[in-house]
Amino acid sequence: MQTTLTVNGEERRLDHDVRTSLLDALRDHLGLTGTKKGCDHGQCGACTILLNGKRINACLTLAAMHEGDEVTTIEGLGTPEAMSPLQSAFVTCDGYQCGFCTAGQIMSATGMLAELKEGMPSHVSPSLSEGSEMTDPEVAERMSGNLCRCSAYPFIREAIAMASEDK
Amino acid sequence: MTRTFRMDEAQPRLLDDTAQGVIGTPMDRPEGPLKVTGKAAYAADNLPEGLAHGALVRATITRGRIAGIDEDSIADLPGVIAVIRDDRFVRNPAQGMADEAPVQPGDRIDYHGQPIALVVGESYEAARDGALRLKVRYDEDAGAEVDPATASETEDGDPTESGDWDKAVAGATVSVDVTYTTPAQVSAAMEPHAAVAEWKADRLVLRGSQQMLRFNRNEIADSLGIDPEDVQILSPYIGGGFGSKLGIGSEAVSAAIAARELGRPVRVVMTRQTVFDAVLRRTETEQRVRFAADGEGRLLAIGHDDRISNLRDEEFAEPVSSASQFLYGADALLFRQTVARVHRTPAGSVRAPGEAVGMIAFESAMDELAEALEMCPVQLRLKNIPEKHPVTGQDFSARALAECLKTGADRFGWPGRTVPGSRREGDWMIGLGVASAARPNMLVKAAARVRLSAEGAVVETDMTDIGTGTYAIFAQIAAEMLGLPTGKVSVRLGDTDLPGASGSGGSFGASSSGSAVFLAARKIRETLAGKLGCSPEDLTLRDGIARGANHEAALSDLLDGELVEEAEIEEGKTAESHFSSGFGAHFAEVAVNAWTGEVRVRRMLGVFGIGRVLNEKTARSQAVGGMVWGVGSALHEDLVHDPRTGHVVTRDLANYHVAAHADIPADMQVEFLEERDDQANPMQSKGVGELGISGSGAAILNAIHNACGVRIRDLPATPDKLVAALEAATE
Repeated sequence: MQTTLTVNGEERRLDHDVRTSLLDALRDHLGLTGTKKGCDHGQCGACTILLNGKRINACLTLAAMHEGDEVTTIEGLGTPEAMSPLQSAFVTCDGYQCGFCTAGQIMSATGMLAELKEGMPSHVSPSLSEGSEMTDPEVAERMSGNLCRCSAYPFIREAIAMASEDK
Repeated sequence: MTRTFRMDEAQPRLLDDTAQGVIGTPMDRPEGPLKVTGKAAYAADNLPEGLAHGALVRATITRGRIAGIDEDSIADLPGVIAVIRDDRFVRNPAQGMADEAPVQPGDRIDYHGQPIALVVGESYEAARDGALRLKVRYDEDAGAEVDPATASETEDGDPTESGDWDKAVAGATVSVDVTYTTPAQVSAAMEPHAAVAEWKADRLVLRGSQQMLRFNRNEIADSLGIDPEDVQILSPYIGGGFGSKLGIGSEAVSAAIAARELGRPVRVVMTRQTVFDAVLRRTETEQRVRFAADGEGRLLAIGHDDRISNLRDEEFAEPVSSASQFLYGADALLFRQTVARVHRTPAGSVRAPGEAVGMIAFESAMDELAEALEMCPVQLRLKNIPEKHPVTGQDFSARALAECLKTGADRFGWPGRTVPGSRREGDWMIGLGVASAARPNMLVKAAARVRLSAEGAVVETDMTDIGTGTYAIFAQIAAEMLGLPTGKVSVRLGDTDLPGASGSGGSFGASSSGSAVFLAARKIRETLAGKLGCSPEDLTLRDGIARGANHEAALSDLLDGELVEEAEIEEGKTAESHFSSGFGAHFAEVAVNAWTGEVRVRRMLGVFGIGRVLNEKTARSQAVGGMVWGVGSALHEDLVHDPRTGHVVTRDLANYHVAAHADIPADMQVEFLEERDDQANPMQSKGVGELGISGSGAAILNAIHNACGVRIRDLPATPDKLVAALEAATE
């Protein structure tokens, strides 16, 4: 079957199996292998992308469901020569080690910062309606869908804090 | 062939005298920009033209034989190309540094989940569907033993002992005799094991996710029955290893066989569940720790017995009492091990085999002894640091254990620790815990090549970077030795066509392979000194300028063409005369919820002596990573097996909990003491990757006891166990 979607600002037409996940479509069909598959079950967050501006696990949805949607992957955030503030902060703070969960962490953090700005509450927010400050417990809670087995967690959160201050 | 340098005697501390000033600095990883932009290509990211997709089929019985595979059962599935079944398939990954094929069982099945066939499809979806639908007939052997506690087939290792045990124990004022159990664990690297195999004429090009290429090349060649010269393995980026990618495994062997048979490249990526089923786990352990001490807290006897498990034909046995044998001294020592043979996924190396689980029990038992003696746990440890290795009698090389304990206690606010159960904040009981850290340091044979031209330097070796910082560290070593800005050094890794290094394992990679880089660069320095007209001792290299004996010249003027040097290093006499180990001290503060039994780690501090620090930033990341694994070992990780089949039940990342952001506080501090280990290698450095996990779990458990007065000896310390223990304590 065929699906057309916009990936990193560019219209892409896919000819794919009905069973193809959005993750496999991005990786194997479009060659955007920056997005990683760590579990294929929505448990690790390595495949986090932005779908119409919101963060999702690309492994938990089928490509066929996204006709006309807008997808942003790690390749759409920046390049090695021109990194986004978050990407650059991850390098500075050593917010990774092996680098495999990194795209997911950065995409998730990008989405998470927007959610915070919009006043979306989390489990640890003091109030459901008042919004919340960007504290470390808030960020830890909101980023807990992204596992890092190298366990760079303190440095990932340091990078997120650094990038958000830069903005 | 270059002559191999043997570490027979302490070497001059050249890196203390070089002038570039980059060694040890917290330099950013040079490959960082590629990693954060998705441009670093891991094994499964390679999509060669004509790629077919393979999916592994797993055994659904525990023990027996394959009676037949009904290929027709999936013949009409669109997109399925072939079912590959071959006697060269491997039962499980090779153990670390095996250097030969792992067990190739033919039709025999030894554990539930063993990979037995590969379905290849035009698409991933077709292959996956085919693998799930393929009909396999078995001749099942009933009564396979799967429980390590009751297994009838056991092997007792030779005990390590010294002194008169009975006499030592009889003279004791205080003694401790406790049994701890730890569950099986897994590495769970974020990158599932992946291989893309392609044959170019008669040569296999394998893009794999492997930690130790020099060994892996021989392992896959032996598995396939081909010459190692006909294999090239490429692993420039590896998505975490932690021991799980030490040896060649099913994904690589099956991909190579399928690619050969089909005449096209084949990619095999294990599903997360297959990683749990078919990659080596860490054994569960039952550990009995015994201490006898006099009234002053001097140890008279140290005993550590353990029972572990593995599948038959696997020689690996978790060295549980490794650190127990040299941390402290006593008049009598006794260390014994029993290996139970079970039909479970075999056991192998998972980050810090031995110390990771052994030190949890040992260092918790030390805390129990301190409590029995009514003595400060830091003081008890300081009091029992032995002069020489208690078992081998070797001298220790640099050993910062005492200084780490003292520095850490001071910095962590240890004197403010109160008696157990006395500090409370609302529903939370607060406590502090301490534990020693130790992990032996090794020098493993390694080679590297360094090229120097007017443009800069290139480092070439088959060494890997599994997140450990190799790219950064090797750039720093070469830059420091050759007097170049780090930006002028490029590092090529992960290619078996380059000189064979130690590989990444046992925390020996950076120091062993880095020493080869150091020695190759040292040879270049000698040539440059000759060209400049000074002695190597008088040569100063900085920012591309060579100075010495009142001469000065730009490197670009000294060089006519390229200087190329290769060096190889291996351990020598210092490994016999001295015992080299990383040492440290862990401190933890936890809060235990009085009603739910939930444990929250509030802060941790690790103080370590690891010889010369090669990159302060990546070393710190490694140390913190290890400390977080200690949190996981103490509180979360539990690989559960089905008691009927031995099959892994918690076989994904939802059921096997590894620490997440919310489990780990921001306040995770690391301090490295200034140290040089002259006996270790020419750079005076030691390993760090596993030191962080060695003992950290015990600091958590000891903090739990300090918080609420209960001991959890059956790990992990989950809320249900804490609630039961808290209730029992108040009855």
